[in-house]
Amino acid sequence: MNTTYTIDLTLKPSTFDLWHVCLAGTVALLAILLIVLLIVMLIGISRGRKKLLEEALRESAVSLAETVKIPEPEVKVVEKIVEVEKVVQAPAPEPVVLKEATPDAALQLLSLLQKEARFIDFIKEDITAYNDADIGVAARVVHEGCNKAINEHFKLVVIHEGQEGNKVSLPKGFDAASIRLTGNIIGEAPFTGTLIHRGWQVTDIRLPKLTAGHNAKIIAPAEVEL
Amino acid sequence: MKSLFGHLRSENPGEGALNADVSQNESNEDNPLEDSNDEQASVKHSGPRFSVGIDLGTTHCVLSYVDLSQSDEDGHVQEVMAIPQLTSPGAVEELMQLPSFLYQAHHSELAEGSTALPWSAKPEFLVGEIARGLGSKAPIRLVSSAKSWLCHAGVDCKAPILPAEAPEEVERVSPFQATVAYLQHIRDAWTQLHPDAPLASQDLTITVPASFDPAARELTVEAARFLGLEQALLLEEPQSALYSWIERSNGEWRKQTEVGDILLVIDIGGGTTDLSLIAVTEQDGNLELTRVAVGDHILLGGDNMDLALAYTVKAKLEKDGKRLESWQIQALTHGCREAKEKIFNDPSLDVMPLVVPNRGSSLIGGSLRTELTRDEINNVLVEGFFPRVSAAERPISRPRGGLRTVGLPYAQDAGITRHLAAFLVKQLNATDDLKDINLPEHASFLHPTAVLFNGGVLKAAPLAERLMEVLNSWLTAEQAPEARLLEGADLDLAVARGAAYYGYVRKGKGVRIKGGTAASYYVGIESAMPAVPGMPPEIEALCIAPFGMEEGTEAALPDDEFGLVIGEPVRFRFFSSNTRREDQVGTRLEYWTDEELEELDEIEITLPEEGRRVGEVVPVHLTSAVTEVGTLELHAVSRQDDKRWKVEFDVRAGEED
Repeated sequence: MNTTYTIDLTLKPSTFDLWHVCLAGTVALLAILLIVLLIVMLIGISRGRKKLLEEALRESAVSLAETVKIPEPEVKVVEKIVEVEKVVQAPAPEPVVLKEATPDAALQLLSLLQKEARFIDFIKEDITAYNDADIGVAARVVHEGCNKAINEHFKLVVIHEGQEGNKVSLPKGFDAASIRLTGNIIGEAPFTGTLIHRGWQVTDIRLPKLTAGHNAKIIAPAEVEL
Repeated sequence: MKSLFGHLRSENPGEGALNADVSQNESNEDNPLEDSNDEQASVKHSGPRFSVGIDLGTTHCVLSYVDLSQSDEDGHVQEVMAIPQLTSPGAVEELMQLPSFLYQAHHSELAEGSTALPWSAKPEFLVGEIARGLGSKAPIRLVSSAKSWLCHAGVDCKAPILPAEAPEEVERVSPFQATVAYLQHIRDAWTQLHPDAPLASQDLTITVPASFDPAARELTVEAARFLGLEQALLLEEPQSALYSWIERSNGEWRKQTEVGDILLVIDIGGGTTDLSLIAVTEQDGNLELTRVAVGDHILLGGDNMDLALAYTVKAKLEKDGKRLESWQIQALTHGCREAKEKIFNDPSLDVMPLVVPNRGSSLIGGSLRTELTRDEINNVLVEGFFPRVSAAERPISRPRGGLRTVGLPYAQDAGITRHLAAFLVKQLNATDDLKDINLPEHASFLHPTAVLFNGGVLKAAPLAERLMEVLNSWLTAEQAPEARLLEGADLDLAVARGAAYYGYVRKGKGVRIKGGTAASYYVGIESAMPAVPGMPPEIEALCIAPFGMEEGTEAALPDDEFGLVIGEPVRFRFFSSNTRREDQVGTRLEYWTDEELEELDEIEITLPEEGRRVGEVVPVHLTSAVTEVGTLELHAVSRQDDKRWKVEFDVRAGEED
């Protein structure tokens, strides 16, 4: 077998095979490593701190990423850009934090209304089959019980003391959350308009506290008489 | 048979010679008087921050407190504590009142952990709103009215007897345990809210009905001691209500009352009616208040009224051919209470619809509708409980059936006005000793000049008005001025508030009501006369504590000597009288009417062996003392070495023979 190696320096590879890619990668890696090591050594020497040098050496050996921490201008640049991008992403669109309603309190209220006023029973019953008189009888139970449950657990006050249907005026800077304008909303405060609804506001709430293991989802347990 | 138990024979002092020397044995009994004085002193020393009043009611308990650190001569800060309690399994709420109910849950009835309270993962007993709620659906497991049992003759209050109607399987508690459970809940609630001021080191006053007998008072104090509340004092509820009124009047009470006034306190609670008379007299230019009389323990209250209404409505429904089940009657009672309050509060309402909802989930389909009218309420409540009667009328009492199941001795006559008439007539002479009180010669009953109401029932204006109307009709019939109603009382919370204020008053900050024992007390002694076959031996009543004996005083009967046999319990018959005011310690009564003396449960002394021979006879005499706490204590004192043995009131067990 005649094996002759011809060296043709004009020849250019038309395809990169795996070996060449690996080779190139390794060369690049080693080159970077070398540069980093050199710089680190330079810094170590220039600051005359042996400890820092040792630490840096160890760190650089463990991972490349960690070297980033060392205050150094040149090499870090590539990675710094990535980091800046990450930081920028977070605060850019200020997210609106919506309050999550806790289901327990809602369940608790349902349970209280069911207990005192048979609220769920009433709502869930098909009322089409009954006449108004029968529904009225049940409505008394519901009304009386709801009234009791609400009065016991909430302190309700009207927001606007005025008489409904009368003219009222709203000063400048009125609380838009507690008073809603409707109809022909133009001009500037003070506004004059008709009080349609006096509004309700809860000033005190006293819901029962729940024990740790309490399953609030059970609004009313099934009852079995022995 | 009661007559079989020992009535002590009076013995000659000379027979003491029979006894061996017992002086080397130290008795375990300390002098309780000294004890309580010590406690008082130590409490003062450590300086309690609060004066706490607890109203241990038949149906509700309330706690009120005065912050002493923020109180001075000019004013004081008083609050009612909201008591955290389970209202349903798993839910804890703060309510002003703790319903006095205890529920003995079945072990598989409630989910694990659903009975936790802020201070206890698993309380021993379920008390408060949850007990009432669960008990309304399973009455066999509900303990109610434990307080009335404390004052019930013929039962052992420390024996597990409640719930009385429960089947064997249900674990029972004693009335005493139930009382402890309510107090414990209140104590723990206090501790949780005031971790830096434990209840045991605050001034504490617990209220009891004025009609509580010595044994029931003793049990109440014992319940407090059991929980480490050694310093607790007792105060009668009507007195407490008056203290609360004085407190709320902001000093105006001196203008609203005058020397010569007789204040009638009418306390109609959920389960009991309590009457007291307090006289206003003058001492060195100052107004003085003296409690001069208390009524009998009447088991009649708001619950009876609601029940009466429910049965009226039930009768109406049954006339229409509708049969009611027991749960429907219960719902009806509840509905009647609310309808009654609405009609009473709103004069324009004449009819209130009543609905008994179906128990199932179909609300519209299965509900029962009826109504309660103003006429019915007037007939049943106003005419039934507050009939217009003359002052000469008496409560009707039928002889009780021979075979009575164990139960509370509810009043047989629902007419509160009749009970009131009987009380005022019986107490005609209550103020004879007071020079400031002048009754007209022809008076047939004691004329009150002012009335103070207490208890939720009297919030209903028509009932309050009727009561005043009847009382004033009696007064006008005897040409006496009409009694005026003292305004401004807080009918629900007054007792607890007054008790807290009492602790403040005891520090010298206001007027105190002079009370003392609510009755005079007697022991029965066999008179020394030859036995007549077939006749029970004659009994004499020996007065051992006079009426109005004040707290912190002691009386001895050195001349009446008894021989007590070591190791054998000796029982005395025990009597009280709330009319015989003139009897002094040592007075012997050979004859008395049934009205004058009421027989209480027997009392018992057991002389421990302690080195002596069993069967040996020790000569003793009796002493009585009213402690600072407000309980009566009887002791047998040895002639030879002044050794003391306590006489037990609570010997109600085992009366079957």
